[in-house]
Amino acid sequence: MSHGEGDSAASPGKRKFLIAATSTLGGVAAAGIAVPLVMSMMPSARAKAAGAPVEVDISKIEPGMLLAVEWRGKPVWVVYRTKEMLDLLGKHDDKLSDPKSEMPQQPDYCKNPTRSIKPEWLVAVGICTHLGCSPTYRKEVGAADLGADWPGGFFCPCHGSRFDLAARVFKGSPAPVNLVIPPYQFVGDSKLLIGLDSSALKAQRGVDK
Amino acid sequence: MTGMQKLLGWIDARFPLTATIRAHLTEYYAPKNFNFWYFFGSLALLVLVLQIVTGIFLTMNYKPDAGLAFASVEYIMRDVDWGWMIRYMHSTGASMFFVVVYLHMFRGLMYGSYRKPRELIWIFGVLIYLALMAEAFMGYLLPWGQMSFWGAQVIVNLFAAVPFIGDDLSLWIRGDYVISDATLNRFFAFHVIALPLVLLALVAVHLVALHEVGSNNPDGVEIKKHKDANGKPLDGIPFHPYYTVKDIVGVVVFLMVFSAIVFFTPEMGGWFLERDNFVPADPLKTPEHIAPLWYFTPFYAILRAVPPLFGSQFPGVVAMGAAIVLMFFLPWLDRGKVKSIRYRGPIYKFMLAVFVVSFIGLGYLGTQPSTPVATMFARAFSILYFLFFLLMPWYTAIDKTKPEPERVTG
Repeated sequence: MSHGEGDSAASPGKRKFLIAATSTLGGVAAAGIAVPLVMSMMPSARAKAAGAPVEVDISKIEPGMLLAVEWRGKPVWVVYRTKEMLDLLGKHDDKLSDPKSEMPQQPDYCKNPTRSIKPEWLVAVGICTHLGCSPTYRKEVGAADLGADWPGGFFCPCHGSRFDLAARVFKGSPAPVNLVIPPYQFVGDSKLLIGLDSSALKAQRGVDK
Repeated sequence: MTGMQKLLGWIDARFPLTATIRAHLTEYYAPKNFNFWYFFGSLALLVLVLQIVTGIFLTMNYKPDAGLAFASVEYIMRDVDWGWMIRYMHSTGASMFFVVVYLHMFRGLMYGSYRKPRELIWIFGVLIYLALMAEAFMGYLLPWGQMSFWGAQVIVNLFAAVPFIGDDLSLWIRGDYVISDATLNRFFAFHVIALPLVLLALVAVHLVALHEVGSNNPDGVEIKKHKDANGKPLDGIPFHPYYTVKDIVGVVVFLMVFSAIVFFTPEMGGWFLERDNFVPADPLKTPEHIAPLWYFTPFYAILRAVPPLFGSQFPGVVAMGAAIVLMFFLPWLDRGKVKSIRYRGPIYKFMLAVFVVSFIGLGYLGTQPSTPVATMFARAFSILYFLFFLLMPWYTAIDKTKPEPERVTG
């Protein structure tokens, strides 16, 4: 390769440039082929389509009871809160991390003391904001294992996070923020549509994001 | 020349067979004073082979489909001839892999095997440990039981705690909004192809680096300093036949323990196979108490010990990551004049003991439900765990060490 050596001795700058250009273009090509591979791991069109809204018949839920339905593969709770439950809600604001729901964990129309459209109906995604376990419904006031001042709510068995009956997190829980309230709307008096609200287009964009 | 020699000559002219055997076995000189703690490297290699072989046969009947996975594992257990044994060998092998790897790593800590010139061996080793954790985690999803599902849910959600990109990152890992068929299918791909290839490559470079610089030993002195007229270390003996024979003894004892577990107590009382994992995955119901398998629990306990800061779970995730990342820096954190615990001073011995107690303590706490008392202990142990690393440059430097011998002892 005496010919090559002569070249590099004559114009080392040219050789350096060619090496750099080849490496750069090779790198671009590698990155280019990596994009489809990496993006193929994002949710497929079918998985996105499964995010379609679900309709729930709430006429058979008794006061105080919880119905869990599946939306986007996640449990969504529908709780028919009694008047006693609602009365207890405002009495422990000082123990909550975010009593006024300042964090964007709910649609704007649920940014109120009961975190709901109609006060008696709580609709919340039953996935703990800590690490994704599904908390259990513990409505009994003053439950022995949760302390005499337990106002009823949700308790996460994995890491002990506590939420009240408006799905707001208690201070000292591992969970940093309140449970998510999904977009929803009432269809008549006895039906709920979860996953779609009146600002349908905006919500749909949220799903695609 | 016999026919055999002719064949060998023919091969050697085309492939360095004899040269390779010499370099890595018959003329690889290992210190003559290896003790009990030097069994676990070769045992880890044995378990790797066991896992690959049993894994291949499991894939012949396993179905990576959320609708079929659980039933296909039960099918292997009940209807496939010897399927139960292959599956229990694989599940026992997973835990035993970590048993031997933890003992192997502890050996490194005791005798300073990570010190110059073996920094890269140590770093490759920590990478193997990381790949092994990923391999075990993804494998645990495959039976699609309740623990598989919720364990994966918790771990993947750790990534969601990363600021800004977290949500998209966890979405990308899952391939869906929740752990689902897409997640199971890709974890299967990683578990049976991608990570085994990474593991094998890392094991190869771990060994190449080891054979380049030579093994450390319980005295932590370099045998290459004293060579005979032929350039062979005076305190070295050929790996084969001396240590291959020694390792066979270790293999036999190991297989006795391994078989006893496989045949008599494959679930190991819930430590190797958790009870909740005999219930099919249910995305709507979290088991009463979820915990990862024992080999992850020290890090899980650190994660739980850190309270959320600024409305984010991220600090706990960082602490957990740091607990592993710090291991990479060990060769440079240690400023001791000697390598082996035999010649270290009392401070290092004390700190190593504290570290072991913290690690085991965290491991135990990680299996238990979180209570205020348990969290307090987990915080104390986590701090001690980190102090072992962070104070190391200081306490190893001031420690009163004994003089190292010139040559290896006994």
